Amino acid sequence: MWRRILALVRKEFLALLKDPKSRLVLVVPPLVQLLVFGYAATFDLRQVPIAVLDEDRSAASRELLAAFGAGTTFVKVAELGSAAEIAPLVDRRRVLAVIRVGPRFADDLLSGRPAPVQVVIDGRNSNTAMVALGYVRSTVERFNAGWRASRGLAAPPARLEMRAWFNPNLESRWFFIPGIVGMLTLVVTMLVTALTVAREREQGTFDQLLVTPLRPGEILLGKALPGFVIGILQATLIMVVARAWFGVPFLGSLAAFYAGLALFLLSGVGAGLLISSLSATQQQGLLGAFLFMVPAVILSGFATPIANMPEAVQLVTYADPLRYFLIVLRRVFLEGAGFALVADQLWPMAVIGAVTMSLASWLFRHRMY
Amino acid sequence: MSAARGGSAMRLRGLLRKEFLQIVRDPSSIAIAFLMPVFLLALFGYGVSLDAEDVPIALVQDAPSRDGADFLASLRGTPSFAPRDAASMAEAERLLREGTVSGIVRVPADFPRRLREASGAPVQVVVSGVDANTARLVQGYVEGAWGNWLAARAARQGQEAATPVDLQPRTWFNGELRSRNYLVPGLVAIIMTLIGALLTALVMAREWERGTMEALMVTPASMTEVLLGKLGAYFVLGTGGMLLSVAMAVWLFEVPLRGSFWVLWACSSLFLLAALGMGLTISTLARSQFVAGQVAIIATFLPAFLLSGFIFDIGAMPPVVQAITHVVVARYFVAIVQTLFLAGDVWAVIVPNAAALAIMAAAFLAITWRKSRKRLD
Amino acid sequence: MTASDAILEAAGLTKAFATGDRRTVALDAVSLRVRPGVVTGLIGPDGAGKTTFMRLAAGLLAPDAGRIAALGLDATRDSLRVQASLGYMPQRFGLYEDLSVAENLALYADLQGVAPAERPARYAELMHMTGLAPFTKRLAGRLSGGMKQKLGLACTLLRAPRLLLLDEPTVGVDPVSRRELWAIVERLVRGEGMSVLLSTAYLDEAERCAEVVMIHEGRILEQGPPSAVSARLAGRTWAVARAGTRHRDLHAELDGRPGVVDALVQGEHVRLVAAAPGLPPDVAAMPGLAAREVPPRFEDGFIDLLRQRQPAVARAARMDGGAAAAGAADGVVIEVKGLHRRFGDFRAVDGVDLTVRRGEIFGLLGANGAGKTTTFRILCGLLPASAGQVEVAGLDLRRAASAARARIGYMSQKFSLYGNLDVAQNLAFFAAAYGLAGAERAARIAWAVEEFALAEHAGQLAVDLPLGYKQRLAMACALMHRPEILFLDEPTSGVDPLARREFWKRINALARAGVTILVTTHFMEEAEYCDRLAIMAAGRILATGEPAAIKALARTAANPEPSLEDAFIALVERPAEAA
Repeated sequence: MWRRILALVRKEFLALLKDPKSRLVLVVPPLVQLLVFGYAATFDLRQVPIAVLDEDRSAASRELLAAFGAGTTFVKVAELGSAAEIAPLVDRRRVLAVIRVGPRFADDLLSGRPAPVQVVIDGRNSNTAMVALGYVRSTVERFNAGWRASRGLAAPPARLEMRAWFNPNLESRWFFIPGIVGMLTLVVTMLVTALTVAREREQGTFDQLLVTPLRPGEILLGKALPGFVIGILQATLIMVVARAWFGVPFLGSLAAFYAGLALFLLSGVGAGLLISSLSATQQQGLLGAFLFMVPAVILSGFATPIANMPEAVQLVTYADPLRYFLIVLRRVFLEGAGFALVADQLWPMAVIGAVTMSLASWLFRHRMY
Repeated sequence: MSAARGGSAMRLRGLLRKEFLQIVRDPSSIAIAFLMPVFLLALFGYGVSLDAEDVPIALVQDAPSRDGADFLASLRGTPSFAPRDAASMAEAERLLREGTVSGIVRVPADFPRRLREASGAPVQVVVSGVDANTARLVQGYVEGAWGNWLAARAARQGQEAATPVDLQPRTWFNGELRSRNYLVPGLVAIIMTLIGALLTALVMAREWERGTMEALMVTPASMTEVLLGKLGAYFVLGTGGMLLSVAMAVWLFEVPLRGSFWVLWACSSLFLLAALGMGLTISTLARSQFVAGQVAIIATFLPAFLLSGFIFDIGAMPPVVQAITHVVVARYFVAIVQTLFLAGDVWAVIVPNAAALAIMAAAFLAITWRKSRKRLD
Repeated sequence: MTASDAILEAAGLTKAFATGDRRTVALDAVSLRVRPGVVTGLIGPDGAGKTTFMRLAAGLLAPDAGRIAALGLDATRDSLRVQASLGYMPQRFGLYEDLSVAENLALYADLQGVAPAERPARYAELMHMTGLAPFTKRLAGRLSGGMKQKLGLACTLLRAPRLLLLDEPTVGVDPVSRRELWAIVERLVRGEGMSVLLSTAYLDEAERCAEVVMIHEGRILEQGPPSAVSARLAGRTWAVARAGTRHRDLHAELDGRPGVVDALVQGEHVRLVAAAPGLPPDVAAMPGLAAREVPPRFEDGFIDLLRQRQPAVARAARMDGGAAAAGAADGVVIEVKGLHRRFGDFRAVDGVDLTVRRGEIFGLLGANGAGKTTTFRILCGLLPASAGQVEVAGLDLRRAASAARARIGYMSQKFSLYGNLDVAQNLAFFAAAYGLAGAERAARIAWAVEEFALAEHAGQLAVDLPLGYKQRLAMACALMHRPEILFLDEPTSGVDPLARREFWKRINALARAGVTILVTTHFMEEAEYCDRLAIMAAGRILATGEPAAIKALARTAANPEPSLEDAFIALVERPAEAA
């Protein structure tokens, strides 16, 4: 029996990798995508383009505005002469924010009244707007602290002591790169599995397989193993690049990582084969792959937290294997989790894998066309 | 021979009718064009939100005190948090490590005493930095709540907290900073990229595999006519899907449409041409449905999702990656729809992006046209 | 004949294709002229370059050297104008299966610029001619193979081209539809003065052409009227029989003897083509043989021409059958009772009973869509039956353990192979899939490579193989594990006469070794090889029996010695007339 399965696996590998173009499709895009996406996926802003409108033109206002030009956080794109110039700049997305210092700024400040400074922010991308606003706020905070210190004013009576575990600088890249590892692994398993059965059905070779002594379970195993092996290799490579190139810490246990990966691949390959054995044509297989992959990514909590989703949608996410794998990845990478901490994420993936695999193998023989 | 205009119009009409008939006969095209936008928009429209609401946090009070309880009560009232009480810091840390809560607010035992000291740092905030974005939002919310509480307390005691510079933010276009307002228009662009490519990625390859291409080639119909027929039919279908998506965005998700509908319609048309052109290019170059399918999976969804500015700001990416985003069709359309929906007809945004779309569409169609000569070798 | 006479003229036409690192010359300096107003046949084995020639003529390919002119226009440079004025029906005619008959016609009428005013009359004429009038609303995908070909032809004829190119129009088409297609073509030539160039693998069709062009490995062997080809064989064709010997066994004895160019089973005797006039001495010396001279056919001449260039594989097929098979005591291996299969409200198989004994070659004949393939798929366990009993080697294959499947071999219509694996990899895979290992596997693969002469193609991708080699490889794969029962679904469809002869030689050897063979076919002359036949139509079996008995059913005063094809047509058309 193992010999037969081995032959099938060999054949699947040959069919996937014999053509140099197919080899290229499986190896190069995921690596390139990791590099590109790794840099692209971040909520941290750099060099936020701003404009300033100084209606006061005092030493104090200059000092405040100089604080915005100091670091690399902001890039001063323009100095405006009048309030009328604000709208065109913001409308055209030339600047993300405009800092407007009113004419009585120095008077207020020196007389100890709160001196208002207006910041106009482009809210089209609300997340960017909030992050940028945070940067503006902390720049102003620093100015305030400096002002108080130099004037000998009292500090506010108490302040908060902030600490961030696992990711002290709150680099959002650390959050996204493990997610990208999961996403790319999903895409690769779909590439390898979603069209294979449909293609064999279209070519008639699937019938040929069914009349051999191979059992549906054996065919399933033969079809699943290549996706499994390619997925493991691919994910390992991507993990190494994430660690070495992007410097994302890998603190947890390798065993926990591979356990999570294996079970995720089981469920992903199962879903791919289920889609494939449901489809009579490759067109349907492709459609199915998208209908699974797109929601699986969006609902996994990759970019937007699951906790923010409505109750009903949260229920749907329990069927998404990527959801569990992302948690495993982030815990293993950043939190240094071992087996015990990810165990509760492992069994749902095993269940999804078992269900999809058995359905797929049943459909091998029972799907009529 | 009458290779006259009339003949060409007749052939084109015949090809268009054929494509429409095929679309009507094959429910999967209809499903792609109409069911997919509804399904995906409904799922994402409700599922995707970056606004932290009901973030689970643990509250720890080392020793009971009136001031401490008062501050923690102010956290309970906000819609941002779903707080729960933890008996000890150790328990809270366990909850944080398990992922049950995203942050801890701890009021230490000496809170009432140190509150009166000038140097004191009485409240500890610990967040899980794994999701840096949520962490930052939690920090921001707690900071805000702390500031309000201090101000309220100072007011009660007749003092005024001196703030040298008072920042007054004015958010334009999206006053309440509702993330759905910018995500939903972006989603329309992502979904239409998928649909455009999916509709056409396999159609040329299918004609090759089924042998109908050879039969078309020996008729007087030129390749341009064959391509126009396909483009025309799927364009109409895609426009239908687009109108449906816009309608859902406006009426279901209540995203304001501040720009002109006709400008949106014109830009969408350009974008559809580019997306369909991309699918046709994949299909023409691959000639086999299997390879075309693989390329479509790789080249459409993730790039559109991550590199279009839909969720991640393109301005925040390194210059090299920014340069790469220029080949992503969705990028231009995301910029246009976000502006049209939230800001209005800002020509300075619309014109260059629309021009880029037109160039991309022309490029894809030119590649397809060049590669589909009427020869079999 | 001057140059202007020819409606299609090629001079020094050369075309080569590169697949991977190997370069195949499809056409090698071909020069020919096609006369107007007649049917010209383009005859040759697979890979001879017939399709390449057709495509060059239609301007779909550009030649590497030489030129080709159709209707006085250069087909390469003026391809659009040529395409506008000739009609071309490719091998797989591009019907849109999800469009109805009328919609397909309307599409091609638009594409060919048929004026709307002329259409109703033209449609009616074509529908009447092809007999498709009652089916105009049916989707093309739901038509039978023969009807599809006729619709394809109708679409090509919409604008009544002066030159019609037909690339193997009758492949996979049942005899009834084949006759109808030919009737249409002959009417066009006689009635409308159309010129037709037609390629075919059916050599009996060549005799209906006014002129034939024989092409082999990209070169022209001969051009002339078919009678000229057969005339050369005067005195060399014989019908041989021996009392008490089955014709199949006699054929095996005669084939490959010195002086014998070709031998094939025909009716109750073996048809023999001698290398020289007169009965070969080696054959004449055999005792008890009754031989009589018969008139030569085109096929004889064609095989003779080919054999001069490509000697027969002189190997006596080494076919070892399965192990001593278990089975019922009376030797019944396949037993089918009251088999039904419905797809929706369509009854694909409607009450079939069959009994096949060990070592029998059992033929299943029927028009396209008669239910043959469905019956096969049920027998192999690929489809469940809606009702009825099926036992193969005493087992129901759908429920049987996987070991039982090791006892059958199945070769599907499409020669299902892994196109992106090479020949050796396909063999190795199927050997292992059937559980062969170690020395046994190596031995079986070596046997397959030698027996089917696959050595020189071992490294070639299956998808790039010529059709005849695909068929050999598919058969080698199906025989890898020495099955007791072999299912062959249209095993020779589209395969050239030489490959068909080799194929039947192997089948005969297998049957003699005790393997039971179930085969479907459209070639009536092949049905003669079967021990027993069943003729199917509309999901039912119309008649079962030995070929002679079936033929006897069609015997009438007008046709005292009907061929199997006559019998088939008579049987199939009878219920239609009654209805």
